[in-house]
Amino acid sequence: MAEAHPVGFQWVMEAKARGAKVIHVDPRFTRTSALADTFVPLRAGSDVAFLGGIINYVLQNERDFREYVVAYTNAATIVSEEFVDADDLDGLFSGFDPETRTYDTSSWQYEGTEGHEGDAGSAESHADRETASGLQHESHGGATASQTQRDETLQHPRCVYQILKRHFARYTPETVERVCGVPQDTFLEVCDAWASNSGRERTTMLVYSVGWTQHTTGVQYIRAGAILQLLLGNVGRPGGGIMALRGHASIQGSTDIPTLFNLLPGYLPMPHHEQHETLQMWIDEMSHPGQKGVWSDAGAFGVSLLKAYWGDAATAENDYCYGYLPRMTGDHGTYQQVLDMIEGKISGYFLLGQNPAVGSAHGKAQRLGMANLDWLVVRDLFLIESATFWQDGPEVATGEIVPEECRTEVFFLPAASHVEKEGTFTQTQRLLQWREKAVEPEADCRSELWFFYHLGRMVKERLADSTERRDRAVLDLAWDYPTHGVHDEPSAEVVLQEINGYQVADRTPLSSFTELRDDGSTVGGCWIYTGVYADGVNQAARRKPRSEQDEVASEWGWAWPANRRLLYNRASADPQGRPWSERKKYMWWDEDKREWSGPDVPDFERDKAPSYRAPDDASGVAAINGDDPFIMQSDGKGWLYSPVGLVDGPMPTHYEAAESPFRNSIYGQQGNPTRKVYERDANPTNPSPPEPHADVFPFIFTTSRLTEHHTAGAMSRYVEYLAELQPAMFVEVSPELAQERGLEHLGWAHVVTARAAVEARVLVTDRMVPLRVENRVVHQVWLPYHWGQGGLTTGDSANDLLSINLDPNVLIQESKVGTCDVRPGRRPTGPALLDYVADYRRRAGVAGDHRIPIVTAGQADASAEGD
Amino acid sequence: MVSRNSLSGPLDPTPDAGYVDPPARKGFFTDTSVCIGCKACEVACKEWNEVPSDGLNLLGLSFDNTGSLGADSWRHVAFIEQSRPVGAQSFEGPPTGPSGTSFLGMPGTALPGASQDGRTDLRWLMASDVCKHCTHAACLDVCPTGSLFRTEFGTVVVQEDICNGCGYCVSACPYGVIDRRETDGRAWKCTLCYDRLKGDAEPACAKACPTDSIQFGDLDELRERADRRVAALQGAGVTEARLYGHDESDGVGGDGAFFLLLDEPEVYGLPPDPVVTTKDLPDMWRHAGLAALAMAAGVVAAFAGARR
Repeated sequence: MAEAHPVGFQWVMEAKARGAKVIHVDPRFTRTSALADTFVPLRAGSDVAFLGGIINYVLQNERDFREYVVAYTNAATIVSEEFVDADDLDGLFSGFDPETRTYDTSSWQYEGTEGHEGDAGSAESHADRETASGLQHESHGGATASQTQRDETLQHPRCVYQILKRHFARYTPETVERVCGVPQDTFLEVCDAWASNSGRERTTMLVYSVGWTQHTTGVQYIRAGAILQLLLGNVGRPGGGIMALRGHASIQGSTDIPTLFNLLPGYLPMPHHEQHETLQMWIDEMSHPGQKGVWSDAGAFGVSLLKAYWGDAATAENDYCYGYLPRMTGDHGTYQQVLDMIEGKISGYFLLGQNPAVGSAHGKAQRLGMANLDWLVVRDLFLIESATFWQDGPEVATGEIVPEECRTEVFFLPAASHVEKEGTFTQTQRLLQWREKAVEPEADCRSELWFFYHLGRMVKERLADSTERRDRAVLDLAWDYPTHGVHDEPSAEVVLQEINGYQVADRTPLSSFTELRDDGSTVGGCWIYTGVYADGVNQAARRKPRSEQDEVASEWGWAWPANRRLLYNRASADPQGRPWSERKKYMWWDEDKREWSGPDVPDFERDKAPSYRAPDDASGVAAINGDDPFIMQSDGKGWLYSPVGLVDGPMPTHYEAAESPFRNSIYGQQGNPTRKVYERDANPTNPSPPEPHADVFPFIFTTSRLTEHHTAGAMSRYVEYLAELQPAMFVEVSPELAQERGLEHLGWAHVVTARAAVEARVLVTDRMVPLRVENRVVHQVWLPYHWGQGGLTTGDSANDLLSINLDPNVLIQESKVGTCDVRPGRRPTGPALLDYVADYRRRAGVAGDHRIPIVTAGQADASAEGD
Repeated sequence: MVSRNSLSGPLDPTPDAGYVDPPARKGFFTDTSVCIGCKACEVACKEWNEVPSDGLNLLGLSFDNTGSLGADSWRHVAFIEQSRPVGAQSFEGPPTGPSGTSFLGMPGTALPGASQDGRTDLRWLMASDVCKHCTHAACLDVCPTGSLFRTEFGTVVVQEDICNGCGYCVSACPYGVIDRRETDGRAWKCTLCYDRLKGDAEPACAKACPTDSIQFGDLDELRERADRRVAALQGAGVTEARLYGHDESDGVGGDGAFFLLLDEPEVYGLPPDPVVTTKDLPDMWRHAGLAALAMAAGVVAAFAGARR
């Protein structure tokens, strides 16, 4: 966090100054570790085993916050007797179809709800994986029945609590030491500290970032963290929770108002051509008729969005132009698209503030894809590698791209920087902060808003005389934004008002998403943002200083939803509505005023008493009981076990990374059996046990950031004052590895995988720690991923080493762990480089038509016992 | 005994420099125990003062690629990786350092842990260094043109339009801070953002520092704050926490920019006992004068008996 969020880290330092203990768990000792009280080195890719060990510790030692767990989680809920756990199937769950490598999840359901519309057969699971449908759960849980069978004594053998206990029983301290390389005493210290600092009087916060998400089991990492925090009663309470640090300053905004293929604003799913053929099917998918929760109003969210897009053209008669929305037919994710580009299936590409030649996994695939287009438009602050790859990328040196013959026509348009335009940032805390424009952009530099508005205007003009039905989708777009200034800049504030939503009749801004309607009378560009323009005031622009507010500081900026700062804050009070303790008082039920009180907006109906019990036939908001804090889950409880919503299992399970030097010793199933794989000649994966020749790539590598540089380097390598702080691409190695491979401090080395060989200066440091895993020593190396061939400081790109292997729930790439070789000296150049890497592939047995044995459960070679 | 124009000992330098009723003396307290090594201070300083880049050089001193203070680096973040013997309790309380360091002299000259058997625990010290704005500033004392002067805030600033690049200040500074800029020959160093002070703003580095490692304010208030901070750290078991440059009776009369360190100054590349190099000037002149007198006496004696 100190590396990637130095300004946010001041709050960790502030907490430390007040006596908080900081524990840092990471494959590498970073600037965060330097300020932590305890540093725990662990093997990259083994976090589920680590967290599983802590979950096991909490359960075996009964250190869970029992009252919270019974009342607020699904611990007591009884699961179908059809369910078979990974323990009994060597790492698979019941319902696995080896053909499609997906699960039929009907056996995972709660007892009595099998066959419910929420569960998914294999075909649905396959479509879920293709379309990364897990992403829509960013704002709401999955759909299952609201009334479930529960045993609040937690003794029933099929209650979630017991299932969890059996599932994690293998994750003993010995297992953690063997699998993760974390000494048992260190591990137990962490367990004890975490458990001791949880409960009524104390809360612990879990902070993570992309070091957790960018794995083929990334979503399950997060789930494991959530299970632990739920067991310890840390969710929805002050000083607790799970803080997901995002990768850049407004990327939360880019999933809220998405630039993703499978999401619409507010985490509404992009319609699928089969599953959501009609408007009603789309709405039903979101609203889950019969469920608890606010999603019962999804029709209003969806229709109001359509009205925002197509304005007056969207009427009840034409289903509000639902037919104009694009439909998904499968995987349109960025990696699929790049591979499609290589195969010539894509003509054109817009790249805006993104540098995939450096920032995305498998750099060569990115560049070869972009070299096979009709046209490419790049908007950025500098001539980034994704604009210049055709003339100076690594493939030019090797001869794979010949500049004179490259067919892609590249248009580079200079972009305005964040101080040259106004608008909002939405950061990790869901906080929207409006920024004013400080200076006018120079020369031809323009904002994204300007670009898209005028592009849309010009496209509409070009199509004005068209009689093609498909062009109506563009022609009917409501595009009347006012512009101002010498460059005809569209008004960002008007766009924010549209996002907020308003009454169609008189453009009165809405103040809450509860005012949205499904009858075409409201516009709502993003239902979770409704309220940012409440009362016609730009709430995101508020800057009441912290010295004039309490610590919740509700009048600085605006958080979605409804300016609620702490989600699920009902859980900060006990089932009777009293704070768990005076020290951790946050929200509570005021019996006299008959409402929820406290410094924040209640994440609950303000006047719903703790004693409220829903009638049996209730649905929607009325079905939420007075003690159901997790209002976005269909049963109102925090999920220790996920009956729906995940493609790869209802509980986290340790799988090795797609590339690992180790055989999974907990189960026979080596890697995530449902992971998204693209088997192409262009995308070889290093071999992992039980495949032979894994020793060709004996070391583990991981990538992350340096404070001095920013992501793919476009905003730092070209800036003198930043470039000089970290002026060269380097690789960190331990003294032990340096000795083993003959590496010299500040000398050259190159790191090799089946995709590429990347050279870097060597930094020998004690901060890289060889680990003892599965009874042998394994070395890890670390590379920053900021470098490319442009700018003041140039170097090879670390992401060229990565393969394309994705988490199946959200299609994120596994960029935080892989295997590699490390050799002294610089890498070969020119065509010799291709031969060099090809030789490695040949020796590893992954050249050509090699196919990865993905499903390895139940094989003869599987290790005999978990521990 | 301190008198006007004294070159050592406790002193309030601002009235001593001739100011009548100056504002309270301003300075920095840099608490290195909360430095996260982000280098925002280096960048903010360069941005505000238009200090040129000092080259793209991978120095390999851990994450320190700046190397030292100089004409083109007025804030310099040092990184020191230290190994500690296994068994040093890493969990109870904040990290403590080794009882004796394996470094003497400049940090980063030996690879930490390179010759040790087995794995040890690690400590990574980070510290943002800056011009000390000494109470007795040798650079100021030796400057022949009067370019270097004491401001009303008690800070020491170079007037670049007067500096003739003689370089006397460079050899005078006991900390090795000030230096001449290669591209134009003049001496440059931290101004404690004199222009920002005049505008009632804090220096750029202090403003940018996210963890308030760099604290700006009235020097005596900073010294009180630092005393409390050291006491708190030591009370929490960080026995090696100490202040550096805070003591008025040290060789430079105390620094306007002083530090909280977690180890010996040498570990950070700081001189353990800095003395203003002009301290012995009165003595030197006395010796020189005596020598001249003795010489004159000798000459007289030589000629007195040379009449015949």
